[in-house]
Amino acid sequence: MEIQAINQIQLLIRLIPIFPLLGFILNGLLNKKLPEKLCGWIASLSVFISFTLSSWAFLILIGLPVEARSIQASWFDWIIIDPFNASFGFLYDPLSAVMMLVVTGVGFLIHVYSIGYMRGDGGTSRYFAFLNLFTFSMLALVMANNLLLLYLGWEGVGLCSYLLIGFWFHKKSATDAGMKAFIVNRVGDFGFALGIFLLFWTFVGAGHPTINLAEINHLAPEVLAGTGVVTIITLLLFLGATGKSAQIPLYVWLPDAMEGPTPVSALIHAATMVTAGVYMVSRLSALYMLAPISMAVVAIIGAATAIFAATIGTVQNDIKRVLAYSTVSQLGYMFLACGVGAFATGIFHLMTHAFFKALLFLGAGSVMHALAGELDMRRMGGVKKYMPVTFATMLIATLAISGVPLFSGFFSKDEILYKAFSAQHGSPILWGIGLVAAVLTSFYMFRLIFMTFLGPSRMDPEVEHHAHESPRVMTIPLLILAFLTIVGGYVGLPQALGGGNWFENFLEPVFAGEHQVAGEAANNSHSLEYLLMLASIVAAAIGIFGAYRFYIANPEKPKRLAEKFKGIYNTLLNKYYVDEFYSAVVVQPLITLGLFFWKITDLRGIDAIANGLAQLFGWMSSKIRFAQTGLVRNYALLFVIGVIFLIGFVFFR
Amino acid sequence: MVPLGYYVVLSAILFSIGIWGVLKSRNAIVVFMSIELMLNAVNLSLIAFSSNMRQILSRFLQGVSPSEAMDMIGSAMASGQVLVFLVMTVAAAEAAVGLAIIISIHRSKDSVNVDDVNIMKW
Amino acid sequence: MNQVLFFILAIISIGAAIMVVSTRNPVSSAMFLVLVMCSLAGLFVLLGAIFLAALQIIVYAGAIMVLFLFVIMLLNLRRDEYGRDPHVVQKYLGLALGAVILCQSVVILGWAMKDYSATALSIQNGDLSGASPDTVDYNSAHRVAHTLFTKYSYPFEVTSILLLAAIIGAVVLARKKSPPGQEDGED
Repeated sequence: MEIQAINQIQLLIRLIPIFPLLGFILNGLLNKKLPEKLCGWIASLSVFISFTLSSWAFLILIGLPVEARSIQASWFDWIIIDPFNASFGFLYDPLSAVMMLVVTGVGFLIHVYSIGYMRGDGGTSRYFAFLNLFTFSMLALVMANNLLLLYLGWEGVGLCSYLLIGFWFHKKSATDAGMKAFIVNRVGDFGFALGIFLLFWTFVGAGHPTINLAEINHLAPEVLAGTGVVTIITLLLFLGATGKSAQIPLYVWLPDAMEGPTPVSALIHAATMVTAGVYMVSRLSALYMLAPISMAVVAIIGAATAIFAATIGTVQNDIKRVLAYSTVSQLGYMFLACGVGAFATGIFHLMTHAFFKALLFLGAGSVMHALAGELDMRRMGGVKKYMPVTFATMLIATLAISGVPLFSGFFSKDEILYKAFSAQHGSPILWGIGLVAAVLTSFYMFRLIFMTFLGPSRMDPEVEHHAHESPRVMTIPLLILAFLTIVGGYVGLPQALGGGNWFENFLEPVFAGEHQVAGEAANNSHSLEYLLMLASIVAAAIGIFGAYRFYIANPEKPKRLAEKFKGIYNTLLNKYYVDEFYSAVVVQPLITLGLFFWKITDLRGIDAIANGLAQLFGWMSSKIRFAQTGLVRNYALLFVIGVIFLIGFVFFR
Repeated sequence: MVPLGYYVVLSAILFSIGIWGVLKSRNAIVVFMSIELMLNAVNLSLIAFSSNMRQILSRFLQGVSPSEAMDMIGSAMASGQVLVFLVMTVAAAEAAVGLAIIISIHRSKDSVNVDDVNIMKW
Repeated sequence: MNQVLFFILAIISIGAAIMVVSTRNPVSSAMFLVLVMCSLAGLFVLLGAIFLAALQIIVYAGAIMVLFLFVIMLLNLRRDEYGRDPHVVQKYLGLALGAVILCQSVVILGWAMKDYSATALSIQNGDLSGASPDTVDYNSAHRVAHTLFTKYSYPFEVTSILLLAAIIGAVVLARKKSPPGQEDGED
């Protein structure tokens, strides 16, 4: 019975990545030959099939006993060079099951939404091909059973991110943003690659040459416990995570990535790609638990990023920028959770965040679609009466992200804050930072709602005239996501509130130190938990109230405050000038170096040698031609000299 | 008894003078005459060797009977002189043709200075 | 006696050769060359090649040099008035190269003849046919003719063709070009 189930799962996981890949090939090869709608439906169907198969596999997995919930299957042997052994293989366990459901489920909804959003654009087949390729890469990433395939997926999603950010390649800002994303990612990927190399090398040195994730996690305590190299490995891997998941210091690409189409922002830069870092850290939890220093680094950077991005988000006027900084901030929360050892909580927040952030982005896209591409919230207002469905769904998502009880975001964020306070690796300082960030989060999110949907209309009359609700193909995914946003949190209902904490228990076997953390947590009485919960609710309320005061009751107040604290305001508006700093410190020197190598080394050095060689020959021949004097006497002279040499050579040899 | 070496050295001296003349002279006719001088030097050398053939060959024919040796040497002994004969013939032919060339050059350039024949300059 | 004659003739020939090259008047050069040839003819006689000595005088001095003189007179060459030689390198380098060739020749000669004893290299005046009376007495013309028409008969025939070519060549080269349109069949 069990064997049969395992075989079924193996078959399913072999099939699941095929469909998006097929969709990519089909849409890619038949570029522009298919009618627009068909491209979209092919792409959506392929992801839907993957989602169905993932759900099926999940149902089978639940039926298996806990010890058997780790199944591997592969497509083919990829690189086998003794002792390096990497197959194109997949690992299915609770963690990857959750990730797969999120990727394919939310991905499917976004594909359907895109059919409506991208209607009329000239390159829809290209768009859907890239989206399917992205889905395939993301699946490869979350399903990989070895670090090499994970890295392949990692790079693949980075590539698709680049392709999709720069989708409207006629716009320079879009192509610049795409390049920025790819290059910043590359910096992180460099660290990631070094981490993999060091990991493999260490394992080889210990006599276990493997990059299989299951084996690594199993052997980690034996090989790496107590060494210093595990700290270096985990820090390097985390560098890759900061790049992909937009943490300090490599977050700068994410706000610029909003140049891409909004569904892309929803899928890649909210729900799935940026969560790859969190997934990776969670997957290698066994290593991180052996390196307390790295855990501290992860937690501190997570908390710092959370509050940093939240402060920037409070003053942005571009609706998508606000959401981008919100994403960076929420990712900070996820890393905070991982850093204190609560990996399952981090994944929980990943899941709920995928729901409500995708909803927020799609809603923003819906607004932009209706207002003919308007992005600036200062020119919106009162949109509610034209787009009731969008308004309702976005309100639900905003309530969730602000941590209002009964919505999914409350459960996941509150869990993180609780664990940050109480876990073995946690500290009240981290909790405090997280709390302040929560206040800011609810503030700027409600600011967004108030400025966009409520209040007096500041819209351009021409635009207002054409404003209308989005078509069903766009609003239905919004409704589905809203539903998930409401109910999605209950799978992680903590014991304190009467739930069974199923989510955490489901994921527990995957993570190494969960026992310790969970054990610690269970020892605390529920009273602490209730207290912290109350603190979170109060924080959310403060934020909402503040946003109300500023944007509904006294609309003039923000302006007056901005003028009064002009310095702070400008710093926040300009994102703390981080981009300018990077430009001056990193980019400009590199450009100068590149120019130097080009102008001087290449043009003057190497070309000079190449051209100079040719010129040398020209010069030499211009000198040698004077040997042809035309005088017979000179020729006779040379003749005689030759005879002398000949005689000498023959006789005196 | 004049040793063979003296003749050959004399021949070498005359030859060298001929080379000097070829390289130095600007008059084409004098160049030709220097060439004739060189040819004559070679003739002298050939005849000197030819006359010494008996002695030179006798070194190599120790075990042969005198009459056979004489027969062999007899025909060989004149080879140098025959060569000189042929050299003279060729020299005559060459002089004729060369002087004809000089005459036709003189027709176009009205000068026999070898330096004037320099159109193939760079 | 032989030696004295040899040295006299050698001195004369060298001196005349130097004068051939050095003198400015081409006619003088020709005359000195004739002197060289005559002294060489004398040396031939000393060596016993009397036939060739006569041939030298008849052909070289008597025909070739006369030809030279005819051409000089035809071209009306006067005393060399070309002025200073613009390429002095020729003069001095030529002298140097001549000296080099001389040295090379002497060295090669010495190396080649180092195994021969002095007596073996001495010429026996007139005693060209050997010591035994029962051998045929070859005199110079006889011997040359014999060798020429037996061993070197083929080059002899080829030489005749060579002379033919030379004659035709000389005539063709030296004739006046007939003016265009006036072909009068001269050949």
